[in-house]
Amino acid sequence: MAPTSKLSIGIKRASRSHAYHRRGLWAIKAKNGGAFPKAEKPAAAAEPKFYPADDVKPRVPSTRKPKPTKLRSSITPGTVLIILAGRFMGKRVVFLKQLKSGLLLISGPFKINGVPIRRVNQTYVIATSTKVDISGVDVAKFDDKYFAREKKQKAKKTEGELFETEKEASKSLPDFKKDDQKAVDAALIKAIEAVPELKTYLGARFSLRDGDKPHEMVF
Amino acid sequence: MVKGRTGQRVRLYVRGTILGYKRSKSNQYETTSLVQIEGVNTKEDVAWYAGKRMAYIYKAKTKSSETRYRCIWGKVTRPHGNSGVVRAKFKSNLPPDSMGRKVRVFMYPSSI
Repeated sequence: MAPTSKLSIGIKRASRSHAYHRRGLWAIKAKNGGAFPKAEKPAAAAEPKFYPADDVKPRVPSTRKPKPTKLRSSITPGTVLIILAGRFMGKRVVFLKQLKSGLLLISGPFKINGVPIRRVNQTYVIATSTKVDISGVDVAKFDDKYFAREKKQKAKKTEGELFETEKEASKSLPDFKKDDQKAVDAALIKAIEAVPELKTYLGARFSLRDGDKPHEMVF
Repeated sequence: MVKGRTGQRVRLYVRGTILGYKRSKSNQYETTSLVQIEGVNTKEDVAWYAGKRMAYIYKAKTKSSETRYRCIWGKVTRPHGNSGVVRAKFKSNLPPDSMGRKVRVFMYPSSI
């Protein structure tokens, strides 16, 4: 009969000493100098003072990055846009480029209709099919930082000064911005005057009249 | 609104008339108003106006922010029926005395 580990219920095939020898603990003990190697107990962690009542999962930070704003296919550099809202509503204006924030960089030109170099949102603008040649205009230096608000310098006030009114920081346009306007407009105006009637077109404001149906208009 | 504008007055909105609330024969749902936009006569024409913002402008007795004019903003949501009437939802429901009065339908958010 082949050897089985059990002869009967409760009776093993190997005797106590035979089983001990088979397990080989004696070899490990010998290797370790007579005693079985004891694993070091990990240092007991200090008991936390506070256990939250419910198990709350820690929030994983979002890895979503917003996509850059898509520019409408009807808006290309040099397109004449109609501004629909705000201080310059109805003005016809030249589109220069799209900034990284998604806003559109436009210029009146200032001399023609009083619109300075400005940012405008795509949704507040109608693109017309009229295009101006802006190959001669350099707009590389304009970005969103150019239009950032100037941080107010808060000087520490002494007790006496606290009760005086704060000196109003000059709100006039810095000179370099006026020069930038002139530089951009010089090239623009040259391109505009080359086209008959474009100057008066840009100077005129758009308005809806009686009987006008914007949904049927072609801009 | 009128910010002391001394220059040209330009109209960049389409006039609309408030017809009333969305309703059935004996129940009305005041959260949605019905608006008839001038010049819009078919369901297909309304597609251009979907999502456009509207303003209901009214006058009050007291001045708030230096002006007696007040405004409730809203937007065109969808066509109502086949003949160019439009459903609109406003930030707060329009008052019942707005029925029959004008609303301004702006051309933004624009997608042209």
